[in-house]
Amino acid sequence: MAANWIWLVPALPLAGVLVNGLLGRRIGKGGVSVIGPGMVGAAFAVSLWLFLDLAARAPEARTLSQNVYTWISAGDFRASVAFLVDPLSATLMLVVTGVGFLIHVYSVGYMHDEDRRGFARYFTYLNLFTFAMLVLVMADNFLLLFVGWEGVGLCSYLLIGFWFKDRANATAGKKAFIVNRIGDFGFLLGIFLMFGAFGSVAFADVLPSAATVLDAGGPLAFWICLFLFVGAVGKSAQIPLYVWLPDAMAGPTPVSALIHAATMVTAGVYMVARSHALYDMAPAVLAIVAGIGAATALYAATIGLVQTDIKKVLAYSTISQLGYMFLGVGVAAYAAGIFHLVTHAFFKALLFLGAGSVIHALHGEQDMRRMGGLKRALPVTYWTMLAATLAIAGIPPLAGFFSKDEILWRTWDAGHPVLWAIGLATAGLTALYMFRLFFLTFHGSFRGTGEQRQHLHESPPSMTIPLTVLGALSVVGGWIGIPPAIGQTLGGVPNAIESWLAPVFADAHAEGAAHAAGEAHAIPPMEYALMAASIAVALLGILAARYLWLTRPELPVRIGLQFRVAATVLSNKYYVDELYDAIVVRPYNALSHFAWRVIDEGLIDGLVVGGTGAVVRWQSRVSSAWQSGAIPTYVTVFFGGVVAILVYYLFG
Amino acid sequence: MTGVAIAFWVLAAVAVLCSLLVITSRNPVASVLYLVVTFFCLAGLFVTLHSHFLAAIQVIVYAGAIMVLFLFVVMLLNLGTPQWFDVATTPLKAVALVLGIGFVGALAAAGVGDFEPSATGPAAGVHPDVLGSTEAIATALYSAYYLPFLVTALLLLVAMVGAVVLARRER
Amino acid sequence: MSEVGVGHYLTLSAILFTIGAIGVLTRKNAIIVFMAIEIMLNAANLAFVTFAMSIGDLGGLVMVLFVIAVAAAEAAVGLAIIVAMYRHRETVNVEAFTAMRG
Repeated sequence: MAANWIWLVPALPLAGVLVNGLLGRRIGKGGVSVIGPGMVGAAFAVSLWLFLDLAARAPEARTLSQNVYTWISAGDFRASVAFLVDPLSATLMLVVTGVGFLIHVYSVGYMHDEDRRGFARYFTYLNLFTFAMLVLVMADNFLLLFVGWEGVGLCSYLLIGFWFKDRANATAGKKAFIVNRIGDFGFLLGIFLMFGAFGSVAFADVLPSAATVLDAGGPLAFWICLFLFVGAVGKSAQIPLYVWLPDAMAGPTPVSALIHAATMVTAGVYMVARSHALYDMAPAVLAIVAGIGAATALYAATIGLVQTDIKKVLAYSTISQLGYMFLGVGVAAYAAGIFHLVTHAFFKALLFLGAGSVIHALHGEQDMRRMGGLKRALPVTYWTMLAATLAIAGIPPLAGFFSKDEILWRTWDAGHPVLWAIGLATAGLTALYMFRLFFLTFHGSFRGTGEQRQHLHESPPSMTIPLTVLGALSVVGGWIGIPPAIGQTLGGVPNAIESWLAPVFADAHAEGAAHAAGEAHAIPPMEYALMAASIAVALLGILAARYLWLTRPELPVRIGLQFRVAATVLSNKYYVDELYDAIVVRPYNALSHFAWRVIDEGLIDGLVVGGTGAVVRWQSRVSSAWQSGAIPTYVTVFFGGVVAILVYYLFG
Repeated sequence: MTGVAIAFWVLAAVAVLCSLLVITSRNPVASVLYLVVTFFCLAGLFVTLHSHFLAAIQVIVYAGAIMVLFLFVVMLLNLGTPQWFDVATTPLKAVALVLGIGFVGALAAAGVGDFEPSATGPAAGVHPDVLGSTEAIATALYSAYYLPFLVTALLLLVAMVGAVVLARRER
Repeated sequence: MSEVGVGHYLTLSAILFTIGAIGVLTRKNAIIVFMAIEIMLNAANLAFVTFAMSIGDLGGLVMVLFVIAVAAAEAAVGLAIIVAMYRHRETVNVEAFTAMRG
């Protein structure tokens, strides 16, 4: 029954796109602010209904699917626009529509200063993004997933460059699009290889037969998974393709919250988790995934430490947290990765929205060096931000603690102490830079202009209500994934999310399923020790941040002077943009210039096109010399011919 | 020497001489008049070949109509005096002479002077005076050559219209 | 020398034809070129009549009639063209008529 209505979920935001896009200027800002968030809210309601329908079934039967229409049918190749709702996609649907709805509501307040046209355009793009993201998570085959994948990329491009009249914004949009293109190319190659190996791109055909078609650890499995992961690296901003995400902050802040923190950038994690059956056949790629995840987590955290733009800090924080998720899926703890995806969606969206609220209050000021002491002026923002910051720092019992700790424990448990150590260090750094942001923004004394001080104001309810809801979720969101180590002491509280996702990942790790079922299982004492370590590191980070930026604000400056080289390298983001510029962009420009000047203008235009013309001109000049137009010449030749023919016939 | 032979040699000599004068005379009016003489000579030669009808046509159409047209144009365009440009360069003269001698020489070397075809045509054995008579030609023209005759008539019509259009003064 | 045969007529035809051809080649006055062409046509006519009479075929005689008719048409059109060109170019120099140069 419910399966017949699956199409409604993506169709509702699509209807919003059509209404806002075609009639947006006629129905005015009021109409748009009802239709835009309303459609996403309705999609959330339908998703919730499907979720409950799913939850009411037996774990093995939790799959709904609907074939909307057959898109491509060529020979043996079939691609359908078909939707699949299983525990994994249902979870993502709730996140996308739920968080998406809150951000839509928030946007009504945030984008209030836009004119009628820009307002409609904004919500058209935002609804289009929601539609594409839903197609991505609900697709039942890799090709449709790729359609959604490209769709969200397009919306990301459109929204980063939303204020395209400023050249820098448009350039940032292009950068995001082009860098993503590299990843998408890899993704496509992966799909092609997959079709070559399986003869199908549908999840239902590929995933169950992965173990029989592919050799475990064989080259085919390796290359398919590696190419898919290249796509994930681009979309989820991992090393080496992360460079677009910090620049993507040029877009409106709610866009950063929705697309570049909560949903789109996590698509890579979702994709790897979705195709876990393939990755289980390629342990080498899993190791690469985990390694890149851990490296990115630490690397981005160090950059986040010295950024002064509030949104840039959050951007690097997002890259870092995405690294955590890849670390999770890389050690085959897929449920843990998805769990962190969910909690991260809550608190990172909240952090961005809170930052947006601060920026809104300061009339576009983003530099933390000109903030400070905003606690009193922005109480709602302050308290919700505090919850989110504690959550991301990993303080129990807030959301981030459980998901992050789950990943760290699984990493250790899988036998990767080095990766675990990196993760732990990152956890400390996370606490440090997040509380640096928090203290610089809300504590201390106000460092902005007097005029800004006079106009300080708390945001309107349309912005503070989403903040409050997300704040609550940041606090309690982690409770859906309480690990058995704690759950058992609390009297058998189950790990809800893991058991919920178990049918999807069941074949991946039977041990996890057993964990999830809440069966009595010997808890290694090591787990408690590690948990204590990560809490200790987080607290250490917070205290260090308090000491450095509240108690002794002059100290960071002195440290920076002391270690000038390190500080310069960090604040210039390890010169990676410059490096890419030198090894990719400039050679490419030089190559393009060469292709333009030498190959195109010289070889093609000059030699081929011009040469053809020159040959024809030369040839025709030679030929036309015969065609002098002078009748005596013609007659002479003619008579000569007559004589020749006569001689030939008489004597030849 | 028979009368026919005498007539042939005289007519041939005058025809060659006058045609040479046609192409060498500096004055176009003189050329036209020499040409008329040439045509008369040819008409005479046709007579020696027993083709009386064609001889008459030769005089009427060529010497009468066509040459009047030539003369008329020469007068109309006021070209009755030598034209400054009408002088062939020496190389061109040499080329023309070589080609001309080549043409005649080739035919002479092939023995055209001693050529004597056998009478194998459909009207072989018919008396030459009967063969060249007006009646014989008319019968052939209106029976076997009926269609070419009509086409020629059409050609003349087209030529007439064409000449009128071409020579019409543009307004 | 006393007996006049087919060979004599044909030789005369060839000589007249050559004279006409040389005239066409060497003269620049379009009207005289035309006259030279008429000489060539008459030389051909002479050969036609000679053959027709010697082998006994009326076709040759009829062909001469056609040649005369075509010559008349050609003269009319050709002279009209010369008149038109003269109006246009103020000359009858065949070397000046090079509008068809490639």
